[in-house]
Amino acid sequence: MKRIITLVVQNRSGVLNRVTGLMQKRQFNIESISVGRTEQEGISKMTFVVDVEDHRKLEQLTKQLNKQIDVIKVTDLSDKAVVARELALIKVVSNAQVRGEIQSIIEPFRAIVIDMSRDSLSIQVTGKPEKIEALIELLRPYGIKDIARTGLTAFARGQQPQVAELTHYSLLK
Amino acid sequence: MKMETKVKTQPVTAPKTGADILVEALVEQGVDTIFGYPGGAVLPIYDALYRSDADFQHILTRHEQGAIHAAEGYARVKRKPGVVLATSGPGATNLVTGIADAMMDSLPLVVLTGQVATTVTGTDAFQEADVMGITTPITKHNYQVQSSYDIPKIIKEAFHIASTGRPGPVVVDIPKDISANPCLEVDESDFHLPGYQPTIKPNPIQIKKLAEAIKQAKKPLVLTGAGVLHGGASKVLKDIVESFRLPVTSTLLGLGAFPGDHPLFLGMGGMHGTYTSNMAITECDLLINVGARFDDRLTMNLAHFAPNATVAHIDIDPAEIGKNVPTDIPIVSDSKAALEELARQLKDGPEHEEWLSELQKNKEAFPLWYNNPKEDMVTQWLMERVHHHTKGDAIVTTDVGQHQMWSAQYYSFSKPDKWVTSGGLGTMGFGFPAAIGAQLALPDETVISIVGDGGFQMTLQEMSVLQERNLPVKIVISNNGALGMVRQWQEEFYEERYSESLLSVQPDFVKLAEAYSIRGHKITTQEDFERIFPEVLAYDGPVLLDCRVLMQENVYPMVAPGRGIQDMVGVKP
Repeated sequence: MKRIITLVVQNRSGVLNRVTGLMQKRQFNIESISVGRTEQEGISKMTFVVDVEDHRKLEQLTKQLNKQIDVIKVTDLSDKAVVARELALIKVVSNAQVRGEIQSIIEPFRAIVIDMSRDSLSIQVTGKPEKIEALIELLRPYGIKDIARTGLTAFARGQQPQVAELTHYSLLK
Repeated sequence: MKMETKVKTQPVTAPKTGADILVEALVEQGVDTIFGYPGGAVLPIYDALYRSDADFQHILTRHEQGAIHAAEGYARVKRKPGVVLATSGPGATNLVTGIADAMMDSLPLVVLTGQVATTVTGTDAFQEADVMGITTPITKHNYQVQSSYDIPKIIKEAFHIASTGRPGPVVVDIPKDISANPCLEVDESDFHLPGYQPTIKPNPIQIKKLAEAIKQAKKPLVLTGAGVLHGGASKVLKDIVESFRLPVTSTLLGLGAFPGDHPLFLGMGGMHGTYTSNMAITECDLLINVGARFDDRLTMNLAHFAPNATVAHIDIDPAEIGKNVPTDIPIVSDSKAALEELARQLKDGPEHEEWLSELQKNKEAFPLWYNNPKEDMVTQWLMERVHHHTKGDAIVTTDVGQHQMWSAQYYSFSKPDKWVTSGGLGTMGFGFPAAIGAQLALPDETVISIVGDGGFQMTLQEMSVLQERNLPVKIVISNNGALGMVRQWQEEFYEERYSESLLSVQPDFVKLAEAYSIRGHKITTQEDFERIFPEVLAYDGPVLLDCRVLMQENVYPMVAPGRGIQDMVGVKP
């Protein structure tokens, strides 16, 4: 099962190495990582999408992460209502003939063209991972030259709905 | 979440170097012994040690591995961080085995390594190694000093992290220019570690659950791990166990946490545990694990481990609870705090005399046994005699293998903190330097290093330290001319194909000892041993005994790898 796990960490050299090293040692498969600073000086936030077998493994993962001295807080967002986004840059083969066609494909995705050359277009898209997947699939027939994705970044929504079943709020189920 | 730290900056009056600041910081931490080996990148630190009039000793071992195992032995018996100093590159990499060993067995160490100057870091400079990268997976925490300004704070943090919560090794990597250059000001402020708040006190509700479970249990069993020793909980454990008449088994590292000669003690459990212990684990309906991490050498095949038991687990490290064995009553706490709270809450005791008498019957019917040929020596007999002559008061250190298991089985550890062995990592070469560290930590104790002829040859150069410091460590080599445990496994699981496990050519250990100005005796019969050993114990100096024991002797009972704990071979009525 895929889980979104965020870490609040002290921004010291080697922290990312420590965290990814522990996941490697304990055989957790990382699907994506994104790291960036937070509003507080010296504090960074990491967002991981991790594939874990079961709840016991998951518990072990969060406990091991919590054990790290520089890790201040570990949150498993998977069962919460979250705001989660990924950014992707997609360079797609295009010439004057198909440019308009591509433009019409990307519009419903609220993606934009950020670079253009004689034979290619670079498109920026943000959103949930499945939205990005969908766009990539639509663009694939034109010929994709390059893709750069940031990995998911996420936090909990300001208000958590008071419902027992949160599945449809979750991105990953 | 507040992240404020008060910064108290102090101007340094005399021109001090980063190395001077480091030495002062170590003094402030109450360091009395440093184990180390000099080299280029730590020359400023060694110079500062030379110039310092601080009241601590530096022990020059002959290999960095000797230094770190000695520091582990020191840390184990003194229950405070062992301090190690080594140079960059090869100095640091020679420490890796010991760091990993300390991590597995939760021993507090502060390991100071030199690093090439910041001006050349990352250029594959002479004697450069990525110490942070190498030690990250095998340390509780590590630091690379970026400025001498940070040294006092980092040292304070390092000692705090190493010695609190679940103890472990902390590496501090110090670039040469930082230790060499004058230091203009230092950060004297207190540290603040928002991500490190070990839980010391137990949740009383969980303790209540445990107390209830004990009242309900018909077949309770206590399992002692090294956590009992680290938490200094032996006394309160004994009080509870005696008041409520609970049977006790132990892990390898937990030996001595509860008296080995006590009627309620069943012996060690696990791969080479007693029949009584393993059957008790299999049949118990409540297993109270105090400070053990359910290592696979104890549990063996998890499918058969304590199948009928409600499992309570007291551990200071939350990540250990539920890691290997599903836990019904998790208690995150220091072992002593948890047991004290349990003693408060548990008033009336349950009756389970039937269970105790069943265990007692097993103890009598299936004791540990060995062949005792009078004309030859076996290590089991040796360990019984060592126990007899030392009255169980000696600190015993071992390497890894057959002699280690026989020490665990036959040197009945009756007091805490007398047993120093490499459990988790199973490190050959550990036992002898660890004895040096233990003897330096507690000069008045009798320290006996039981080693195999294989492991001893990995670190025997440390006999120089015995010679130099006249440390009265007694080395007892259980010399069977083989890598005994490897040989045993080859016999049992590889159809007697003894691939590279027989040490047919051996040095003359007695002459080697003499080369280091140490008394040495070759002992070939039981009679020799009985005659010489009391005299050796009385002698106030180092002695090496080369005890020739039978090669073909195997460690029993045994649970084969992959089997359930109840599936034992070598059990004899």
